[in-house]
Amino acid sequence: MFEFLKAPILTVQEFFILAGQALRNVVRTPHYTQDIFLQMDIIGVGSLPIVILTGFFSGAVLALQMSRALSEYGQVGRTGQVVAITLVRELGPVLTALMVAGRNSSGIASELGSMKVTEQIDAMRALGTDPIQKLVTPRLIATCAMLPLLTVIADFVGMFGGSVVAAMINIPSKQYWTSVWRALEWSDVVQGLMKPFCFAFAIALVGCYYGLRTSGGTQGVGRATTQAVVVASVLVFILTFFITKIFVSGVVNI
Amino acid sequence: MTPNVTPDLPPPVLKFENVSVSFDGQTALDDVSFEVREGDTRILFGAAGSGKTVLLKAALGLARPDRGHIFVFGRDITLLKESQLSDIRSKVGMLFQESALFDSMTIEENVAYPLFNQKAIHCEAEEGHRKVVDALRFVELENTLAKFPSELSGGMRRRAAIARAVVTAPPLLLYDSPTAGLDPITANNIIALIVKARDASRTTTLMVTHRYQDGNLVAKFRYNLEDGRLEPVAGRDPGFDASTRFMVFKEGRLIFDGPQGELEESSDPYISKFVLKRD
Repeated sequence: MFEFLKAPILTVQEFFILAGQALRNVVRTPHYTQDIFLQMDIIGVGSLPIVILTGFFSGAVLALQMSRALSEYGQVGRTGQVVAITLVRELGPVLTALMVAGRNSSGIASELGSMKVTEQIDAMRALGTDPIQKLVTPRLIATCAMLPLLTVIADFVGMFGGSVVAAMINIPSKQYWTSVWRALEWSDVVQGLMKPFCFAFAIALVGCYYGLRTSGGTQGVGRATTQAVVVASVLVFILTFFITKIFVSGVVNI
Repeated sequence: MTPNVTPDLPPPVLKFENVSVSFDGQTALDDVSFEVREGDTRILFGAAGSGKTVLLKAALGLARPDRGHIFVFGRDITLLKESQLSDIRSKVGMLFQESALFDSMTIEENVAYPLFNQKAIHCEAEEGHRKVVDALRFVELENTLAKFPSELSGGMRRRAAIARAVVTAPPLLLYDSPTAGLDPITANNIIALIVKARDASRTTTLMVTHRYQDGNLVAKFRYNLEDGRLEPVAGRDPGFDASTRFMVFKEGRLIFDGPQGELEESSDPYISKFVLKRD
């Protein structure tokens, strides 16, 4: 009767099996440290330019929009506060994650997908290496380490973008930065760092999952790449909703 | 089914017992049984999708059978977990269809990969380098150590992949369509290498191909270690003739298993399509 549910449930099951194996391998030997650093470079340093650009302009546009809205209440001086809270809690983590999902989920899926269709994954197994240990775990560790750092950078650059706009609309720089500093609480920072950490799991594992199950030649690689980006991006939005819900409802008190 | 064997013969290197493999409900191998003894050569013919590649992958534990048992060096690999297969896999060399060299590594790293990653093989860095150079010299590619696979031609990639398969000196070698997509001259060079790898150390060899010339070369020629060339042996050495058998697959089923003479005389229209008739 529920025949149509079989495929999606199987996908979820396979995804969690992969996630479990990847996590288990974090504490198992052999550790491919070199691969971890290589992936950190690709995912972290490689994403820096787009993360800085999106961070700067999202902060700037936030300041523009908010200062206009706040001017109706005569509260233009509070622009910094609004920019800081929105960026640190929500926009910084989500925009950074979306950028990294677009850049790295697709990259991972296409790389592993091409390896799959050219039998390199099989060759790896035949030559004595667990592909999950060698390919998935390093990408997972690297993304989990780099995404929070990228988010911190995006947050700061965003606030800087806001300050540039603030200066243009004659808010004194000192006032802007003071309201930014006063607005932020520890819970904002914790929330703002928890999110990218959770997103990192989604981005890395979705990319690896769709890459490793690629079939059907180069066409399949294209399909896997698209699916990975779509699923990773959607997961980012779903996750941010639930994490925010947990923080707002006060389950986590800091 | 088992032929009468004298008791002093060692167990077969590879044995399939009623093996069936399927993917997504489609049968890839259907009730296949055969055995390969040490030093034997098997040449596997079949149309695309007839299950030849799956058979090689099943022999390595890369594809799991739904039914039946596969014995490699006397051990039933269908009962082993993935982590327990590394011992068996370290004794088997495989050439994949499209070479399957790792794009992100140089040729040296590719060829050295099994030496440093097979758990059953312990190899020091210096000894490893020497073995890699030896293996690459074997395929006449010793000048490409620092190159990446994308910088090599198709034939060179195939040769580098052969070097990676033979670098650990495995007693069983599997070749999946070694000449597919190559010009006739390069294809003959590759087959010569396969014969050389077989005869240099009496390696048990399974070769999937769709070119009859490939099978004919492997069955009728021997590598002469002294003058480093192939020489015909067919007819002169009955033991050599008997060690090479041909198998033909059709839609996952093994429909022919026998020596070359029988293959050439077969009247089955499917089988005779693979045989190059000489008038």
